[in-house]
Amino acid sequence: MADNLILRVMSKALIPVIILFALYVQFHGDYSPGGGFQAGVIFSSAILLYVMVFGLDAAAKVLPDKALIFTASFGVLLYAGTGVVSLFLGGQYLNYSLLANTAMAGQHIGIIVIELGVGLTVASVMLLIFFTFARRTRVE
Amino acid sequence: MIEQQLSILLVVLPLLAAPIIAVINRSSIAWAMTLSVTVCCLIMSVWMLSGVVDGSVIHYELGGWAPPWGIEYRIDTLNGLVALIVCGIAAATALYAKRSVEQEIPKHQIPMFYCAFLLCFLGLLGICLTGDIFNLFVFLEVSSLSSYALIAMGRNRKALTASFHYLVLGTLGATFFLIGVGLAYGATGTLNMADLSVRLPQAVDTHLVNTAFALIVVGVALKAAIYPLHLWLPNAYSFAPSVVSIFLSATATKVAIYVLIRCLFHVYSVEYVTNTLLPQLLIVMGGVAVLYGSMRAIGQTGMRKMLAYSSVAQIGYMIMGIGFLTEAGLTASLIHLFNHALMKAALFMAAGLFIYRANTATFENIKGLGREMPWTFAAMVIAALSLIGVPGTVGFVSKWQLLQAALEENHWPMVVIILVGSLLAIIYVWKLIEVLYFQPREKMRVTGVASGSENIGRSPISMAVTLWILALSCIYFGINTELSMDTAKSAVEILFAADGGQR
Repeated sequence: MADNLILRVMSKALIPVIILFALYVQFHGDYSPGGGFQAGVIFSSAILLYVMVFGLDAAAKVLPDKALIFTASFGVLLYAGTGVVSLFLGGQYLNYSLLANTAMAGQHIGIIVIELGVGLTVASVMLLIFFTFARRTRVE
Repeated sequence: MIEQQLSILLVVLPLLAAPIIAVINRSSIAWAMTLSVTVCCLIMSVWMLSGVVDGSVIHYELGGWAPPWGIEYRIDTLNGLVALIVCGIAAATALYAKRSVEQEIPKHQIPMFYCAFLLCFLGLLGICLTGDIFNLFVFLEVSSLSSYALIAMGRNRKALTASFHYLVLGTLGATFFLIGVGLAYGATGTLNMADLSVRLPQAVDTHLVNTAFALIVVGVALKAAIYPLHLWLPNAYSFAPSVVSIFLSATATKVAIYVLIRCLFHVYSVEYVTNTLLPQLLIVMGGVAVLYGSMRAIGQTGMRKMLAYSSVAQIGYMIMGIGFLTEAGLTASLIHLFNHALMKAALFMAAGLFIYRANTATFENIKGLGREMPWTFAAMVIAALSLIGVPGTVGFVSKWQLLQAALEENHWPMVVIILVGSLLAIIYVWKLIEVLYFQPREKMRVTGVASGSENIGRSPISMAVTLWILALSCIYFGINTELSMDTAKSAVEILFAADGGQR
């Protein structure tokens, strides 16, 4: 569909906005509805739009499967690792209050870091699933 | 304090290892990490169980949020025992896995296989340890999703349909469970199991409570493959890779039975369950499962499918014991949970070795194989004898306990069924032995092995040793019942205590 001028121009205009909105949902998640899961899905939808307009190969150049597997695993590690850090600080698993001097600041840092992990994993896994299925139909 | 941290480390360790394995993507490292993580977990679970076996309870507040608001891990003897079973079988499976996985799984998928294996392991452990019923659902999904993936990796293409069938039914069960949990939450406003057990009897809307009960029981029964909801089990176990059928047959349904016990006796109370139809239903379904599973097992033409149907029968014994609603019955169920995990794992390991050597485990193709593999065959016979319930093996201990529990309640039909079930077990076990040992050796039809391959000639030491460890433990725990019996008794005492296990 890359030869369709309207689609190309519109998607180029939309994709940055979608990504920006994803980041807003990601980092505003602790004050308003949102968070890592929603942000990850929104972020991946921007890439999906790109794939539909410019093709799978163009997207796979930027985001190869290996990188996606790495970010997916890294997100899980970030989440689990945050919990382990609070274990080492002498508290319970995932007790964010210990991550900073005051409990309030600690809770902020904790929730932002783990939501970042969730966002990374969800976005990469959504894309991996989409890529896998998209390739499958192309081959057969 | 350390014992408290152990409860969370059991879940966190595999959770950390799984993504690392996925990133490193090297099969030998993946196996080494899986083995070390499962062995660490086994040591920790033994440590944890030794801390709670005297009836004390470990509470762990995740994130420092006090229950009932936050998620709490709550370990008493019952959890400790089931967690020990899961960790023990996982460690044995990991030790066994290396060569079998190398043969059965395409090379590029091996790291992901171990990654999914660890995720499944952590899901099952999480179900055992958590004291929050919604958290339990989440772990149920973690373990189920990864087990669908694991089953689908089987070499036979039927593994895909088996996995899909399991996926549909398993999701249905999980959804039922979730709706039940939602209704219970609506009736009480809490998700903490200990808190639920206090608030459910006080709930005003009894319709809601009853509906929640029905949905939770049906959902868990689907996961536990209780007859007539067992349809996913035979195909899933017989087409999965050998390692997966060992692990799942010995742990997945056991953990689901644990959830059933936890929900019936802890979340809801014995008094509540007594006033429902469920106990009679469980006893009857258990009896039917024993007869049906054993009959179908006799009719099978493949070793793994036979073992799978025998699992359906053995699950029947367990839910029969639960249905009696007595201390003796529940103790028998718990002991059988432990014992059946040992013997089924050993039997599936033997089947895995036959598959390793002959590439298949259908009776037609393994005729006379027992004479070529005397050690594997001998270990398999020990495990098979304990499936029948021969004195001196673990199977005898649990069946004896179950018989006593049935006699205590004067359930004569069930006494007869237990005995008939053992006789039927003799028939299918004999059929297996006859095929393997007494039928004339035929020229083996071997497919999929490269010429000059050494696989036909010898069994890998690691696989044979693990098989023997489990076979010998079938005898050891049949003679020295201290661990299984005492732990089960202590667990049941806590569940039946006057305060309903509130501590």
